[in-house]
Amino acid sequence: MNARASAAVDRAGRGRAFRGVFLRELHGYLITPVAWLFVVIFLLSAGAFTFYLGAFFERGQADLDPFFRFHPWLYLVLVPALAMRLWAEERRSGTLELLLTMPIRPWQAVVAKFLAAWVYIGSALALTFPMWLTVNYLGHPDNGVILASYIGSFLMAGAFLAISECLSVLTRSQVIAFILALAVCFLFLLAGDPLVQQPLLALGSGRVADGLANLSLLAHFQAIARGVLDFGDIAYFVLTIVFWLAANVLILDARRGG
Amino acid sequence: MIQTENLGKRYGRFDAVAGLNLKVAPGQVLALLGPNGAGKTTSMRMIAGFLRPSSGRAVVCGHDVVRDPVAARRALGYLPEGAPSYGELAVAEFLNFAARVRGLTGITGARRMDEMVERLQLQPVLAQTIETLSKGYRRRVCLAQALLHDPPALILDEPTDGLDPNQQREVHALIRGMARDRAIVVSTHALDEVRAACNRVAIVAHGRLRVEGTPAELEKRSRYHHAVSFRAPASALARELLARQPEVETVEVDPVDARVTVFPRAGSEIFQIVVKLLEEQRVRVEELQLERGRLEDVFRQVTDEASTETPVAA
Repeated sequence: MNARASAAVDRAGRGRAFRGVFLRELHGYLITPVAWLFVVIFLLSAGAFTFYLGAFFERGQADLDPFFRFHPWLYLVLVPALAMRLWAEERRSGTLELLLTMPIRPWQAVVAKFLAAWVYIGSALALTFPMWLTVNYLGHPDNGVILASYIGSFLMAGAFLAISECLSVLTRSQVIAFILALAVCFLFLLAGDPLVQQPLLALGSGRVADGLANLSLLAHFQAIARGVLDFGDIAYFVLTIVFWLAANVLILDARRGG
Repeated sequence: MIQTENLGKRYGRFDAVAGLNLKVAPGQVLALLGPNGAGKTTSMRMIAGFLRPSSGRAVVCGHDVVRDPVAARRALGYLPEGAPSYGELAVAEFLNFAARVRGLTGITGARRMDEMVERLQLQPVLAQTIETLSKGYRRRVCLAQALLHDPPALILDEPTDGLDPNQQREVHALIRGMARDRAIVVSTHALDEVRAACNRVAIVAHGRLRVEGTPAELEKRSRYHHAVSFRAPASALARELLARQPEVETVEVDPVDARVTVFPRAGSEIFQIVVKLLEEQRVRVEELQLERGRLEDVFRQVTDEASTETPVAA
């Protein structure tokens, strides 16, 4: 076998390894109660928030703004809860050793886990389609805005997920992983909010405050949810995801050195 | 082929493993012995590519585990310490996962899986979730995962821990059966396992390799090597006389089963001397044996020597 053919076999082998981990993760969601709880709570509270807090009917407008408005807050709690076990559980049970000694690169394991969880969250999001049917039945909403909002919501979930997965690799304890992820996600969500901005401005670091404001997940999500699929906003989410996944790979790799 | 060159792992100022040189060729089953904390698991983790070495290197079938990790891992079957597996999966699902990651699909994969299930007697639990299984089953499930892709090199960290004697014998037979064309490293605390399944022994203590050789070579280092032991109801006088023989170093009586052991001076053969003397004294001997040497004894000797040295630190 010449070098090129052997490299091709190598790539095919790696692709299989990647798919193996991805499918196992996805399968894991289908058989663990936590994951089903995630879907049920997500759907119930998304509905409840829309109709009660969001005053869906009372507003008398045919749009899904009251529905999407609460997504950041739902994800804030639910995504860290879903992702807390991603690495912490592997470390606690020792399967990390098994996984990392299989013929797969650490980045592939990180991305496979991320994609499986993202697909799962995406499925939960897709299951909110009755909302969309309802609003189309009741009136004539701007479906372009709704599509953009769904894309924005999915991207935001991805960002939360990448943050949570990365923090899960720091600890064996799922509880610690959850709290860490919640705190960091909260910080990023409200980076542009006075809650975060004022202490920074008080410290006289206006530049840091400005920089952080640009990192606000909430601001970028709201921009997309208005119906404008701006390249900058999408790039922001993609870069956030890539950044945290890369950090995840580095931390995972550093742990084997120590 | 599994090879380490000056392999070392340092945590701060503590050397968990230092300057480890091992070479395990196909056909060899190396037993890695040593007290807890001696560095066995750390060494195996480095060879398997889970931990990165601080110094030196490890090579599996020609692939450096750091520079060419995926190829090295593909050639290696690894049973980690504690035999971890995904508890929420059923046995068949877990093995399917391992097969898929190893690129074993289709008929080949199915055939290998059937073979492993049969050899490790997993048939009755295939559909059961792993977390509901007994310790013995869990270990065998993880062992199946390590052997599934028929790797030319194997690292097994305590493969028989938690198995009952019959299952242990089965695993020993499995290891012996695979040994012909594979390089295998097995860590264990059970010294009878060495006789049952291994043809080389390495003893590590405080992170360093202390002794390496065949089991027979190691037994020669035991003070029991070529000693003669016997049981006889009344042998007090004979013992006195034996102790006075110039070739005899000392005579010991086991306080529990009253077995008498006669130790030779270095290089002396005393079997005939003991037999002759017992006959002359008309001692009624119930049983008499020429000792090969005891691994337990060598193990204790080697690890004691190691612990009287100053601890390995920089």
